[in-house]
Amino acid sequence: MQERVKKPQFDVVGTRPVRPDGVDKVTGRAKYGADLKMAGQLVGKVLRSPHPHARIKSIDVSKALALPGVKAVVTSKDFPEQPSEFIPAGEGVVNYRDMTNNVMAREKVLYEGHAVAAVAALNEKAALAALDAIKVEYEVLPHVIDEMEAIKPGAPILHEDMITTGVTPPPTKASNISKRVEFNLGDVDKGFAEADLIVEREFKTKAVHQGYIEPHACLASASEDGSAELWVTTQGHWVVRAYCAKLLDWDISKIRVTSSEIGGGFGGKTVVYLEPLALALSKKAQRPVKMVMSREEVFKASGPTSGGTVKVKIGVKKDGTITAGEAEITLQAGAFQGSPVQPACMCAFANYDLENVKVVGYDVVSNRPKVAAYRAPGGPISTYGVESLVDEIAEKLGMCPIELRLKNAAKEGTRAAYGPKFGPVGLIECLEAAKDSDHWKAPLGPNQGRGLAAGFWFNIGGETTVSLQLNEDGTLTLMAGTPDIGGLRASLCMMAAEELKVDVSKIRPIIADTSSLGYNFLTGGSRSTFSSGMATVDAARSIVKQACGRAAKLWDIPEEAVTFEDGMIRPAGENAGKHKPMSLSDIAKVAGKTGGAIVGYAAISAQGAAPSFGVHIADTEVDPGTGKVTVTRYTAIQDAGKAIHPSYVEGQYQGGAVQGIGWALNEEYIYGEDGKLQNAGFLDYRVPVASDLPMIDTIIVEVPNPRHPYGVRGIGETPIVPPMAAIGAAVRRASGVRFFELPMSPPKVLKAMKAAGKA
Amino acid sequence: MAKHHVTTTVNGDPVEYLCESEQTLLDCLRDELDLIGAKEGCSSGDCGACSVLIDGRLVCSCLVLGVEAEGKKVETIEGMAQGEELHPLQRKFLEHAALQCGICTPGVLVAAKALLAKNPDPTETQVRYWLAGNLCRCTGYDKIVRAVMDAAAEMRGA
Repeated sequence: MQERVKKPQFDVVGTRPVRPDGVDKVTGRAKYGADLKMAGQLVGKVLRSPHPHARIKSIDVSKALALPGVKAVVTSKDFPEQPSEFIPAGEGVVNYRDMTNNVMAREKVLYEGHAVAAVAALNEKAALAALDAIKVEYEVLPHVIDEMEAIKPGAPILHEDMITTGVTPPPTKASNISKRVEFNLGDVDKGFAEADLIVEREFKTKAVHQGYIEPHACLASASEDGSAELWVTTQGHWVVRAYCAKLLDWDISKIRVTSSEIGGGFGGKTVVYLEPLALALSKKAQRPVKMVMSREEVFKASGPTSGGTVKVKIGVKKDGTITAGEAEITLQAGAFQGSPVQPACMCAFANYDLENVKVVGYDVVSNRPKVAAYRAPGGPISTYGVESLVDEIAEKLGMCPIELRLKNAAKEGTRAAYGPKFGPVGLIECLEAAKDSDHWKAPLGPNQGRGLAAGFWFNIGGETTVSLQLNEDGTLTLMAGTPDIGGLRASLCMMAAEELKVDVSKIRPIIADTSSLGYNFLTGGSRSTFSSGMATVDAARSIVKQACGRAAKLWDIPEEAVTFEDGMIRPAGENAGKHKPMSLSDIAKVAGKTGGAIVGYAAISAQGAAPSFGVHIADTEVDPGTGKVTVTRYTAIQDAGKAIHPSYVEGQYQGGAVQGIGWALNEEYIYGEDGKLQNAGFLDYRVPVASDLPMIDTIIVEVPNPRHPYGVRGIGETPIVPPMAAIGAAVRRASGVRFFELPMSPPKVLKAMKAAGKA
Repeated sequence: MAKHHVTTTVNGDPVEYLCESEQTLLDCLRDELDLIGAKEGCSSGDCGACSVLIDGRLVCSCLVLGVEAEGKKVETIEGMAQGEELHPLQRKFLEHAALQCGICTPGVLVAAKALLAKNPDPTETQVRYWLAGNLCRCTGYDKIVRAVMDAAAEMRGA
């Protein structure tokens, strides 16, 4: 590994302690979204549209309200209309008009499963009876599901006021294209003119769901005085609070949101569905209301990520130098604008140091559930196209796919097509690690093939608050506000322990509720270890400073004459050796007498997030009799900057890789001609199971991020970016057939192999 | 219709509860007995998050009716640790970081315990096929499989 900065020596960072929230999770004690109970709680249920597209002519709830045990009913009338405005939020933007119309349909239902009313009743039976008793009169409208159908002239229009933005002059007629985005670098015409070989292909991917095992769930309790508490499984409870306050027109201060343990999110729990409904129902009923989605509701009414169409054109010289890259990316947004087309465009050619790039993206609405973020949103889709084409070019040039990538790899100083110049990045190191790996050199069996692809995610920072309390006995309590999906609390405690030189087991973390800590943006953009880690280090350093100040007071020497070394507070300079050094515990014991509690607090907007590049190697075996593709060996290599807890870094690599394997081979939203989802369950929407998979080997590359105290880069999202192209390349070599569409499921593979005379 | 009165044994404790005819064992455990370790991920027997043992047999408790527990011995994740001592599987899951979000973990642990009771020395393939009914979306199963194999080795040695 290349040493770019002097490697610091760590005591705790880089070790593998047991996570502080672990025992609760292996004993069944940990409480998730559906696990809290309140006295007198009601059951909330949602009435959902059976139609993919219809105008709501009337909703009559009177019969439902008259049923025994029914305590409240809400419809869109209970939520104020919102203006259509685009407000920046993390990796994307929000539009509150769309949000309120998505959580409760207003004039029209726009997808099968779109909420039209919600009820709260004494028990599930009464709630379901109430749903049956609500009478909705629909005028069914023609629907459109596929994104390329939706942009054709004459396609059913979802939003009569949708005028495509990003086009000059602006169109005069409404369409299903919400926006056009374009990124340019250099001159692609010139680049293609310099090429010896130009290859152009069209790729298709299907909508896939995040597939978290825990369905959306919450418990709301509104009080007579207008305040409310909300327990919810979410990636960002401050964000939930803001959305609910806006959608209900309540004061933010009156809503206290506590995030439960979260049973997987992957981006899908960054938005609201049930939460505003539960609060509104609770306010009407003046009793707690618990709402839990069924798995069918999760598939039909919560965000999958986009399917899309990606056209890619790459020009290359005989020696492998890429002279130009061009892509056109059309993504499904679902029923409301807001596909991840922007990040898809940003990621498309980010792996490469290119002079000439043009990427155009279209955000297209159709009668599908509104998409939500899914791990590196958009990145896997555009990268699947570009990396697959790069593999084809390597084949056409007779070059090793690693050498072709090394020749063009993004590095420090590379200007990305979307604007920034990269600082130190680790793509070359990852490619070298791939080349040196046992996996890359291992022999293959019959019907087996090996593929490789690279991936990128830019990562974000943002608003983050952490509080660290030094307790009376010298132990510490850490409060963070970014929900912990996969080991965050362990990593934060380790960083605090590293700073304070205390045993990591002496620090107990919690994820604080929204009334106990300053604002935190959500866990997303691979930001939580980076941002909350940065704030934790700040808070720990504040404790050190305060502790040194207390010692100075006790010793009656200036604060500057006190140092903190190896966990001990010592007099320094001319006072060195004159006073007995004190530990943090010693200071903690006298904190009350020297000025009160010692609390480190950091409220920051974390800057300096750095991208993480990864390279995946996949071996597949293709059964020529059935078309079934089996992944026989897999290695995920990625730059972590610095792995705080390597086990959980490996876990992110492995989990992302396997979600990518599912995306590549099995997973897809399947719609009938009637516009209804045909596989809204885990039996028919098949995510990878243990017996489908080999071990997932990992190589952690560490090129430190110079803008984080420990060199951390976000690492959670990049692992889902390379798998689809890596597996596509492996299938090509195993079967002799190159695929341009996902998933590469057995019937499709068999058909293609037969057509090519390979099966 | 009146509720059914069920007398059963859960984690060695005699318990009684009242349930509706259509109420699942999962709902009875969670709602009537406050044993929330078994999770509802799909209610169709596809995800395994609600795995429990009935008379030693591994089942999805969402596919079993509450009344069917009458006179049986039910074991859930809550009964796995003995006092303050974690079961070797629980300990190995922590050591191997075999969980991320942890929602599937109770079901996976109950299923793995059932496997090791039948087969104390499973191959990797046997572990993978036995756990094929327990979906995990976070880990890619690698560390889960390693933890189960390691726990099996330790339990054989003990």
